[in-house]
Amino acid sequence: MAALYEGFTLCGLVPTQNASDSPIQGIELDGDSDHAVVTDSTRSVTLYKVSDQKPLGSWTVKQGQLLTCPAVCNFQTKEYVVVSDNKVIRVWKDEDLNIDKAFKATVSADVWRVHSAPGGEPVVLFQRGAVRLLDSLLSAPQQPIEDVLSEEEVIRWSTNIVAEKQHFVLFTTEQKGEHFLYVQRLNPNTLQKYRLEREDSGAPPLSFSASLRDKHINLLYLYPNGCVYQSVVAVRGPVELEGVQTLPRSLRLRLPVGEGKLGAASAVALDEAHVAVVGMPHPSARTGKDFLCIWNTNFQTLQAGKEMVGRIHGPVWCYLGKLFVPHGKALSVIPYECQKSSLASALGKLRHAGIAVSKSSVAVPSWNSLLHGDQPQGPAKIVDTRKSKLSRKSQSATALNVDQVLELIKTGPVEEVQREVEALVSRGDAQDLQLSVGQLACHLVARSQAETAFYTPGALAQLVQTQCLCHSVCPDLLLLALEHKDYFLCQLCLQLFPDIPEVVTCACLKTFISVPDGDVEMVSLEPDSVSFMEGLVAAGDRGGQQNGFSPPLFEEDSCDAHHQPKPPQHQDKKNPTLQLEACPVGLHKAVLLNEVLQTAYSDNFLLPHLKDLNAQQVILFLQYLQFVYLKFSQDVYTQTPGLRSPTMTQIIDWLCLLLDAHFTVLVMAPDAKGLLSNLESFVKSQVKLFSELGKIEGSLQELHKMKLSKDISQYSIEVIELF
Amino acid sequence: MGEFKVHRVRFFDYMPTAIRAMAFNAHTEKLALGRMDGSVEIFNFADHYFQEKVIPGKDSRSIEALCWVGGRLFSAGLNGEITEYDLENLRPKYSLDAYGGPIWTITSNSQGAHLAIGCEDGTVKLFEVLEESIQFERNLDRQKGRIISLSWHPSGAQIAAGMMDMIRVFDVPTGHAVQRLLVDRGFGGSKSRETVVWSVVFLSDCTIISGDSAGKVQVWDGHTGTLVKTHLVTKWDVLALSVSKDESSVVVGTSEGTVIQFQFIAPTLQQQDKEWVRTRTFKNHTHDVRALAEIETAIVSGGMDTQLVVRPLLEKFDERSYASGLRKIHFPHRNLVSCAKKAGLLLFQFPGQLELWRLGESDGHGKPGDSLPLKRKPEKLLHLKRKGEDHICCSALSSCGGWLAYSTMSSVRLYRLQTDNNDISITKVPKLPKVLRSAHQLCFSSDSSKLFAASSQSSVLIIALSQSECKYVHTLKPKSGSRQPIHLMTNSVDGKWLATANSDCEIHVYNVQKLKLHCIVPVYGSCPSAIGIHPTTNNLINVHADQQIFEYSIVEKQYTDWSRKLQKQGLHNLWLDRDTPVTHVTFNPNNPEQILLHDMHMFCIIDQSLPLPDQKTQFYNQMTLRSLSGQERPSHLHAFKICKTFQDLLSVSLLDDQSLVMVERPLLSITSQLPAPVRQKKFAT
Repeated sequence: MAALYEGFTLCGLVPTQNASDSPIQGIELDGDSDHAVVTDSTRSVTLYKVSDQKPLGSWTVKQGQLLTCPAVCNFQTKEYVVVSDNKVIRVWKDEDLNIDKAFKATVSADVWRVHSAPGGEPVVLFQRGAVRLLDSLLSAPQQPIEDVLSEEEVIRWSTNIVAEKQHFVLFTTEQKGEHFLYVQRLNPNTLQKYRLEREDSGAPPLSFSASLRDKHINLLYLYPNGCVYQSVVAVRGPVELEGVQTLPRSLRLRLPVGEGKLGAASAVALDEAHVAVVGMPHPSARTGKDFLCIWNTNFQTLQAGKEMVGRIHGPVWCYLGKLFVPHGKALSVIPYECQKSSLASALGKLRHAGIAVSKSSVAVPSWNSLLHGDQPQGPAKIVDTRKSKLSRKSQSATALNVDQVLELIKTGPVEEVQREVEALVSRGDAQDLQLSVGQLACHLVARSQAETAFYTPGALAQLVQTQCLCHSVCPDLLLLALEHKDYFLCQLCLQLFPDIPEVVTCACLKTFISVPDGDVEMVSLEPDSVSFMEGLVAAGDRGGQQNGFSPPLFEEDSCDAHHQPKPPQHQDKKNPTLQLEACPVGLHKAVLLNEVLQTAYSDNFLLPHLKDLNAQQVILFLQYLQFVYLKFSQDVYTQTPGLRSPTMTQIIDWLCLLLDAHFTVLVMAPDAKGLLSNLESFVKSQVKLFSELGKIEGSLQELHKMKLSKDISQYSIEVIELF
Repeated sequence: MGEFKVHRVRFFDYMPTAIRAMAFNAHTEKLALGRMDGSVEIFNFADHYFQEKVIPGKDSRSIEALCWVGGRLFSAGLNGEITEYDLENLRPKYSLDAYGGPIWTITSNSQGAHLAIGCEDGTVKLFEVLEESIQFERNLDRQKGRIISLSWHPSGAQIAAGMMDMIRVFDVPTGHAVQRLLVDRGFGGSKSRETVVWSVVFLSDCTIISGDSAGKVQVWDGHTGTLVKTHLVTKWDVLALSVSKDESSVVVGTSEGTVIQFQFIAPTLQQQDKEWVRTRTFKNHTHDVRALAEIETAIVSGGMDTQLVVRPLLEKFDERSYASGLRKIHFPHRNLVSCAKKAGLLLFQFPGQLELWRLGESDGHGKPGDSLPLKRKPEKLLHLKRKGEDHICCSALSSCGGWLAYSTMSSVRLYRLQTDNNDISITKVPKLPKVLRSAHQLCFSSDSSKLFAASSQSSVLIIALSQSECKYVHTLKPKSGSRQPIHLMTNSVDGKWLATANSDCEIHVYNVQKLKLHCIVPVYGSCPSAIGIHPTTNNLINVHADQQIFEYSIVEKQYTDWSRKLQKQGLHNLWLDRDTPVTHVTFNPNNPEQILLHDMHMFCIIDQSLPLPDQKTQFYNQMTLRSLSGQERPSHLHAFKICKTFQDLLSVSLLDDQSLVMVERPLLSITSQLPAPVRQKKFAT
């Protein structure tokens, strides 16, 4: 998991005349980890103590001069280096008050950037691609500087990296629409040139970020169409001097870009699994692109998001657990945290093993099927093929491809869209589906959100049933289904999506509880779950108790007697079985609640959202949970294998969570009193059972011991036989 | 093979005493072990940790510390005496009072020229080591408070002394204290208690490492007297410290029974600066670890729980071998039980007394695995307390049950036993021959007409016994001139042969009738741990500490064919891998093919008529054989029939009525008699 914490403003920004330019040229680290050197786009350099949000020093060049490269700190000498007017290198120290009085040297060619990294000397990258160590340059400032790049080639981005005492300068260039990456090694100096693959749109990359991991330089770059690619350059590889190689790349993320292309956006790698992206729309927020999001590239899931007020200017810096984002009129510092992610934590609480087995084909988009072409085999798939045969008959030549269907979704009438999507889904094979289903669903949902009249429940249900969708791919789907009271789709989503956020689960729960029974009973739901619920309700007075629970719940022990007055539903307490049989909610409502019970969740995240329920809803849900619990513990109830059903632990967990979330409310509510006292007696009976078991444990262990040591007498005469 | 009736005896309340001190001689690879009762044991680590010698204790002697100077062994104790041991005669050579009150520690400098002792009165006394004795040289500056621990700087110029609440560093030439290192007291309630610096080591780079009663291991800079690092390792005491030869590792023993290793290494890779880092914790003891030695490849530890543990350092081994296994030595490698085969009596030897028991009887018959009903219970006939301060070092019971003898360091006593039905009378034989002053081993001839007593320089005295008198007959002397003590002695049933084994690994066979040396068995590199002479063939079976078995024909003076075959084929690896030596060999007179052996964990009958197992054969095959049918069985038989039903065996013997006597001493009952260990908080207790 990753999280963004509450940020703070480091400094205000002065908007530039040219709207596309960032008001900040660069942010660099000082020797002190809490210091940041901020260079604005014109004339001044400011040193901040980040945690105090306080400037420690500021240096400005004379009017008429211009800083052309961000100031860096020379970590070896603790001096600052900046370039003004492309050619003048200035070096000064903390104590120097006036930058103009500090050391300066004019060099013979235009400087692009000065780079510095801890553990390495500062290096100067010239606009024509030459690289010099700062020290050697300053010793002979007027030395001739060669041209590395050809005439029309311009540097777009550069950075430096120190790896295993080897110093690298990386820079990308653009020449006639083509992009190149240069990797310059220092000492010994070698230069390697790579060609970046062209993106289909031909658009230039928006941002680059390079990081060192496992002796490889990982280059991450973002295109305006939302694709984040990663390329890997070996630190110690064989150096092939001649030739321009194409740099292999792999797609790490395909971000939703919403309408239009991205303007100022950038992506920066936080660790091997997490990428921070600014200037992207949030998938579940409708408008605007002013978000800072952390995505998990392993699972393609959104981990955290934050809206940034004002226009995002583009670049983002990441130092020591903090993101520096210039936006609007401020530079914000946002601390973040990335934890090692595992699938389990990404998906919330582990699902019940039994369910996992019975639904072995349940899949988040399966990497295997994408990469190795494994055919997902599952019950749903078989259904699909049957359907596909049918539809193939009805469908003849008018089969549309994915793009055409996508176009159709934007404008076409409901019936046609429905038909074409169904046809496409039933026709397509696994690989294609994997990629297109998400797009189809997103477009359908987007259209439905835009036009209230447009809603295609059948098509959506079919898309969900392909099991290629998950919540992160199309986050609005479930909410849309709730909005349209499409309970069947809700049920499907709850069953098949492994990554529903707790807030959505809670929203579902809230809707399900508050919906009138009549509304739900009309809806057709998944038959298996309905039949399970029917069986549970019907399983009546066959007697026999499990788990030591006995209906003399209302034992006439002294403390229980005080719980007067009992609420109306507990009035006939002498006949508890009768009272227990009445399910507090309707059959279909119960089915839906069961689905909620079985979704994956993390306690910590669920708890705050549970508080949104009102007292009546909580009491009703508690009554239902109590009913299911009693059924489970009272009847000689055997779980039918293969049938999806909540487990005892899930029920208990939810009971506990609900009580945790609303305890004070429940204690105060008069109609919850009976319920609470009932629950208390469950607990009592369980505690009693366990204490009894504990007592037996001792004797059982004694038995065990007795068997082992049969004789410890001082003396015996025995007969042995040797062979 | 057959059924045996087994007397399973568990009423021998043998109780080893706690280990108090330890000194390892890296040159000879011998470990000297001092116990609470004042006895000293010598283990030969080059020869499978065999317990070569035992010097019996004495009531007034206590050992606080042991120290080797070359091949000489010194001890000091709270009785205020320094003792040097005569390792050839297994007795103290001399003791001298240091006149400083109880002595807490003794240590020699690396040159072996001086001994330093730490006394209760606050003095460190230096003794010069002379050829035959030691001589007091001088005192270092007297301090307030006792000197608990001492350590010489390897150069010999300085001594670190652990005291109460502090460590002093003395300059040896001047005798002045040059440093005073104050040791903190414990936290909380123990703040008011003085901290005892139980142990201190002085390294050649002038680092001082100390272990104290507040549970700290502290590293000090001896030049400046500053504390470098404190490791709090236990809530209880850190009792013992030992440094490896190359000074790269220090082990400490605590009251919790743990042994913790510290190593002098760089805490992070690529860093040059080394420091003392706590690396490993071993928990092989339940009680105080009082004595420790870090040897080349292992950590040797011992303490209140009486066992000696050799914990190998596995990084020093490339492959699994005998030395790479964990060793726990619980029992002495010699017999404490004598059995009168004809009379069905058992004699148990304790340091302070002897116990004579008559075995029970049963007339029932039963299937294998059954316990038979007892007709008569075992009976303790005699409880004989020793006279004098010296502990009993050996004892013997004649096979007819009519004679009993024991020896201490200072005297031998012989008793005549008479049993009429249930009455027993014991008479001390007066006037033993003057030559019979003490014995390392005693044994009676099988017809009870002679007593053999192993005396100094591997000689054997023969005493003729009769109703009226006992008379010195002859002294048998080995030709080799070995000065080592005899630790094993046995004679043949026909009374003709007597075999002795000494710590030089020599086995001598004497002709008792002709009263002369018959032959010397070719010397084998490992010490014999058990010898026996076959009753019919007069072949000598000797089993060595390295588990090898030899059969030597006394008459033909050469190894038998069976022995050659066994050596040629080699013993099974599982046999060689056992970690306790065979301590007794006996024979079945009714079936001359059978040799009975036992060690602590098993009892074995070797049937010489059966094929020897090769490496592929299933060695422990009794269970398999049991499951096979009568026809299939013969093809699976091999010579070694091993029974592990009986554990923690102290003695196995075969009575004349063909029933076996197994004397077990379960380790659990030893543990249950130990004092309670220090309280350790576990969870919510």
